[in-house]
Amino acid sequence: MSKARMDRRGFLSRGLAIGCSLAASPMFTPVSFAATGGNNRLVVIILRGGLDGLDLLQPQQAALRQLRPTLAARAPSGLEMPGGMMLHAACRPLWPMWHAGELAFVQAVSTPYRNKRSHFDGQDLLEAGTAQVPSGTARDGWLNRMLQNMPNSEMTTAYAVGADPMLLSRGDAPVETWSPDVNFVMSSQGARLLELTMERDPEMARAMHRAMALAGEGGGGVMEMADVDMMGGLEEMMDAQMSPDGKDKATAHVRVAKFAAEQLRGQARVACFSIGGWDTHANQERNLKSPLKRLSNSLLALKAGVGEKVWARTTVLAMTEFGRTVAENGTKGTDHGTGGMMVMAGGAIRGRQVHGRFPGVDEVDLFQGRDLMPTDDVRRYAAWAIRESFGLDRATLEDVVFPGIQLGDAPRLLA
Amino acid sequence: MVFDQDIAQTRFGYGRSPKVAGPRNVDEMMSLLRGPDVAEVGLEIPNEEDMRRKMLAFVAARRKVSMAKDDSDKKEALRKQFQAVRRSAQEDVAGWIGDALARRVWSRDGLRERLVAFWADHFSAPGKSELFRYTAPSYVANALRPHVSGKFEDLLISALLHPQMLHFLDQNNSIGPTSTRAKNRPEENLGLNENLAREILELHTLGVGAEYTQYDVRQLAELLTGMTTIQIEGAVYLTRRVEPGPETVLGKEYGTRRARISDVHEVLRDLARHPDTARHVTQKLAVHFISDQPDEDLLVAMGARYLETDGDLAAVVEAMLRHPAAWQPVGKRSGNFKQPELFVCSALRALAVPPQKFQLVKRNQVRRFLDTPLRTMGQPWRTPFGPDGFEENDAHWVTAQGMAARLQWALGVPAAVLPELPDPRVFVETTLGAHAPASVRFAAEAAENRREGIALVLMSPAFQRV
Repeated sequence: MSKARMDRRGFLSRGLAIGCSLAASPMFTPVSFAATGGNNRLVVIILRGGLDGLDLLQPQQAALRQLRPTLAARAPSGLEMPGGMMLHAACRPLWPMWHAGELAFVQAVSTPYRNKRSHFDGQDLLEAGTAQVPSGTARDGWLNRMLQNMPNSEMTTAYAVGADPMLLSRGDAPVETWSPDVNFVMSSQGARLLELTMERDPEMARAMHRAMALAGEGGGGVMEMADVDMMGGLEEMMDAQMSPDGKDKATAHVRVAKFAAEQLRGQARVACFSIGGWDTHANQERNLKSPLKRLSNSLLALKAGVGEKVWARTTVLAMTEFGRTVAENGTKGTDHGTGGMMVMAGGAIRGRQVHGRFPGVDEVDLFQGRDLMPTDDVRRYAAWAIRESFGLDRATLEDVVFPGIQLGDAPRLLA
Repeated sequence: MVFDQDIAQTRFGYGRSPKVAGPRNVDEMMSLLRGPDVAEVGLEIPNEEDMRRKMLAFVAARRKVSMAKDDSDKKEALRKQFQAVRRSAQEDVAGWIGDALARRVWSRDGLRERLVAFWADHFSAPGKSELFRYTAPSYVANALRPHVSGKFEDLLISALLHPQMLHFLDQNNSIGPTSTRAKNRPEENLGLNENLAREILELHTLGVGAEYTQYDVRQLAELLTGMTTIQIEGAVYLTRRVEPGPETVLGKEYGTRRARISDVHEVLRDLARHPDTARHVTQKLAVHFISDQPDEDLLVAMGARYLETDGDLAAVVEAMLRHPAAWQPVGKRSGNFKQPELFVCSALRALAVPPQKFQLVKRNQVRRFLDTPLRTMGQPWRTPFGPDGFEENDAHWVTAQGMAARLQWALGVPAAVLPELPDPRVFVETTLGAHAPASVRFAAEAAENRREGIALVLMSPAFQRV
């Protein structure tokens, strides 16, 4: 397997160097997107599973050391934040971003979801942006409703990236979905024949056309047979692609972030994807490291991928369905809670800030005696980020994008 | 009516097979559907009792782990035991999915298999927890499958009062606010959960456009109190949870005497026979099988048959098949773009992938050949976003990612599951039959290798629009 993987890698990089003969047929001309309004970018990352905000940004409080005998007993990371909080050591790669004023946090926030603590409903609510768990046919996401109401919305390009379908981007506004792990290699002869069979079906032909172009960006798509032979054959290449082990699973999230960055550097203004692995019921000290690294690497990949100019106009919001219990459980982990944390990044934000009010962790301060008390609605922060990035008016945000929220005073999220 | 043997297989089954003959007429289709469920033979249907036993073992093993003292050797041993139970549950699910695929690929009664998939979508109840994800195949096989050629009201009752649905739509937490149970535990703030009641009216019976009000939802929710699940017994009716007093749903009074489960059955039967339900259900069938914009006359015929027979689903399906609109070639008002599940299953059928391939399916193979591809095509196996099931609208499925994922599958999976691929020139004939367009025949012949030749046939509009 490892040989096949190496061959594939080599094949792809050489394939890119040679150029994949995309221009050989009208089907493979580059995707053309309409010109867009505004230059700001918004990226929304859903952190699935419930991020423990109290571990990401550890308050140095005596009460917490009692409630979290193993988690709070760790040697401090030394990454000191305002109010004496410590950033989790696994986020050390983000330290320069913090110092550059491109990283911020919003503490003790939550959706209106209470009591049940189900991932399923919690994520639905977070992505729907509503006060009630969406039901039946009325299911669309707040990001899509935002797109429908953007100035020049018909010209805005948006991407949902990754294999998992997201409620967040579902709705009437067109959103291109693409997973960089969807990949295929086809001979140019095969592609021409494919085009021939779709000649009388413009709808399918159009979708296939875009698929070819997008696959080409990822190093797949159409190859000249001569190139393919030189590189060890189409068959072997396809075998490597069909195998989930043929790709390095550990970097799947980076491929997603890179693809999103690539689109944002071009015509796209909005992108969303998700990162899982936050449901740390057991051995959190060990198990929280990898999702935090995934988040860090994704943010770094976005920054590197969009380039300096676009990064300066980019706002990233990373949101989770709920926080976790303040007290450690019996398996050195934490259970589903309520008040959580949002992470913000990007050159457009007013960084080096921890927004929001910390409610305290003494027993009387807790929600139902167990969870961090939410002191604000996470949707309010998302709404302000949208308002400051794209200029949506108050009424649209309060009535359509996040029905029922009160925007209140500006938390001044963007620089 | 112009019966067409190819359309009979592609539009009302899982497509043409080189090994299984298609039905010769509507009579044959209907006698298969009305006859015994022969496709089950040799392909295990998950046994409900067995399933419940396994559920209990799963819950018990999980509880033991959480009860054990931390850091004890015993806890580690219990955790290992739980892992074994979990692995066995995952293997069962992989096996059942394999069997479901094999039935679709080899059944003579493709119509029945399509109807099972249709009703599994109409009564979507993907598990909301790990345990209920394992029991989902059993729900489809035991609660839905036996009723697809019976009365809609029996299907409705069987689906809605199954533990899978009661859990999915939160009925287990719905308790009459002035019931004995709520009064005995005032500190718990027990009360109604309207979720199941709302979805019954909006999705399962009348349809969202019908004339019912929030009052009906509330009253139906009160009437449903008492329905809940006890792990050992399954779905039960507990009178101490029932909201006292009669309820009025769509103007009719129920539960005037002592609380009984028959009140719940009665309201569901009434809803099943309602003209709005007839319209909603028949429209949905016609859209799913024939076209996003079905022929108005066809809808009238199906709706009338539904009402005449009090929702006899075989009769309604027959009304659809006896109507000329069912047999129109693909055009503006007939034909659908295959949803991903149908695309994959009809491709496996066209390739006649041997049944033992599916029975030997291992978890990682399910993931490689089915789960991951269906997810990227936008239709993770029987896991829609919500209780409203998957989109019927063709345009929803004709996307760049969808097409790319289908092409990836068509180029990769056939070669991975068959020792030898068929000759594309033969494959185009056995798969598309009399409907094979010249361009696809040409493409199959001109392809540089078998792998691409097969993929070209599977990607063609002639294969994907039926």
